[in-house]
Amino acid sequence: MTTTQNSHPQRQPSLEEAMHKALRSAPRPRRATPLQAALAFGWRGMLKIKHVPEQLLDVTITPVMFVLMFTYLFGGAIAGSTKEYLQYILPGMLVMSVLFTTVYSGVSINTDLTKGVVDRFRSLPVWQPAPLVGALLGDTVRYLIAGTVIMTVGYILGYRAEAGLGGVLAALALVVVFSFGLSWVFTTMGLLMRSPNAVMNAGFMGIFPLTFLSNVFVDPDTLPSALEAFVNVNPISILANASRGFMAGDVASSDVLIALGTAAVLTAVFAPLTTRMYRRA
Amino acid sequence: MSSLAIEASGLEKSFGDTKAVNGVDLAVRRGSVYGVLGPNGAGKTTTIRMLATLLRPDGGSARVLGHDIVEDADRVRGAVSLTGQMASVDEDLTGRENLILLALLLGFSRAQARSRADELLEAFGLTEAATRQVKNYSGGMRRRLDIAASLVVTPELLFLDEPTTGLDPRSRNQVWDIVRALRESGTTVLLCTQYLDEADQLADGIAVIDRGKVIAEGTPGQLKASVGSGSLHVRLLDPEQRPEAQRLLAAALGDDAVHPDPDPAALTAACPDADRGAEVVAELIRAGVRIADFALGQPTLDEVFMALTGRPAEETGEIELQEQAA
Repeated sequence: MTTTQNSHPQRQPSLEEAMHKALRSAPRPRRATPLQAALAFGWRGMLKIKHVPEQLLDVTITPVMFVLMFTYLFGGAIAGSTKEYLQYILPGMLVMSVLFTTVYSGVSINTDLTKGVVDRFRSLPVWQPAPLVGALLGDTVRYLIAGTVIMTVGYILGYRAEAGLGGVLAALALVVVFSFGLSWVFTTMGLLMRSPNAVMNAGFMGIFPLTFLSNVFVDPDTLPSALEAFVNVNPISILANASRGFMAGDVASSDVLIALGTAAVLTAVFAPLTTRMYRRA
Repeated sequence: MSSLAIEASGLEKSFGDTKAVNGVDLAVRRGSVYGVLGPNGAGKTTTIRMLATLLRPDGGSARVLGHDIVEDADRVRGAVSLTGQMASVDEDLTGRENLILLALLLGFSRAQARSRADELLEAFGLTEAATRQVKNYSGGMRRRLDIAASLVVTPELLFLDEPTTGLDPRSRNQVWDIVRALRESGTTVLLCTQYLDEADQLADGIAVIDRGKVIAEGTPGQLKASVGSGSLHVRLLDPEQRPEAQRLLAAALGDDAVHPDPDPAALTAACPDADRGAEVVAELIRAGVRIADFALGQPTLDEVFMALTGRPAEETGEIELQEQAA
């Protein structure tokens, strides 16, 4: 800026000139590719984490509380010793903490819808699913953060993975991919419901019982047979099995395939649905 | 290529039982600023959202820059920008980040996006606020950023939905300057507004919309002529003198022209022009009526509505609410 701040009459023409220049020099570049558009929306997600770091509190503190509570409160009763229980529960805790985070994907879509910014996104000439795919790409960073926090806390408490770091990373990767698929369910809910709070309540009403009716906390052998049957086909149990398997070094490839298949089916059903509803005129 | 930027015929949209838009026809010349004037809930926003491809019409058809808004929605989106009534920027991000994001989405490289963002921030006087989160912006700054966000690539057609509602006069003038600069650069602007003076200042043509229908159309001059007059507002020092003042004004301007204000010391009268207004005020003073102040104004939207529909402009907030829920 060459003009001085306090000489108002001099500043006006320069602003006007700058405006004319800005209006002239705007050649339209080639359309963004779907990948570019999705990455740009992913970057928006990163910026949100940077500017609103509080949103990470829910994601990190709740799972840490769960690990501490379950390990020290129930560990002795369930598995004989807290140390042994931690060894059983931590891979499941990883699953639970990341899956809980997926509910927030629906909450943030719903929050967006209450603001005008979605109108702008929808009026842009970009690949239509980009805002959603990009947001979920950004959310995977949150999933990674949640997963890393749990594993770190577990390590500090004495959890050791037989398969070492490689096993932990493989489990984390599988859980994040599964969550990407599951989060489409919550984005669909995010578009159906009226307020972010409603999405949060309904989301947890679904994910909470599903998680508890899995093998995350207890060995299903101890359950009544009807319940045991359900727990054994619950995709969350299968994902928890795969995650335990990766960390213990004896993963069953069927578990991994079923987990990936479930993610693929959820994406195939709910991604187009979400996209259509987002566009819905 | 058609010389019309917007050709709409019989556009309709309902929300539940409410017909928000009930057969709107529009013809907007390329390169012009066209005002859509009406009270809240008249169907302005719904019309704009259909033309910008955000809502699918229930009936009728429209072409924007030659492209059908339903069949060719993607081509329409490639040529227009929308600055909606609610700030269409991300409040959690900084002004600069908002513009960079949009530039990236429009296909700019990272370096180009940054330089385009800085160019726009400077043009709109937002350089100093560039790194602040938008939620900390004033209303005027937010509006300017919102419009800048629509100009990352200069659109052929810009939709502006009530760009000055809620702004202070200085910010309003800045927005008006932006619209004038846009017209000079050849961009067509469709401007929705509740203010006749705003349409009068900026628009080449105006459509007045009421209950989802266009009820009058023309240049601002024609429209004001159809209303017939501006108005004279007089406030008296002594409310006791109001009956006398009312009698004098009625004698000078006609019985129907005068109506008392809610303010017990004030009167408003329809008045053909400024000369006549000045004469009438002089007559009042000569007759011993003591005047606190007086003003000659253009007809307001209310008066336009009175003249066109015989009833005041009514706000139907219900439709707006349903629209948001939809």
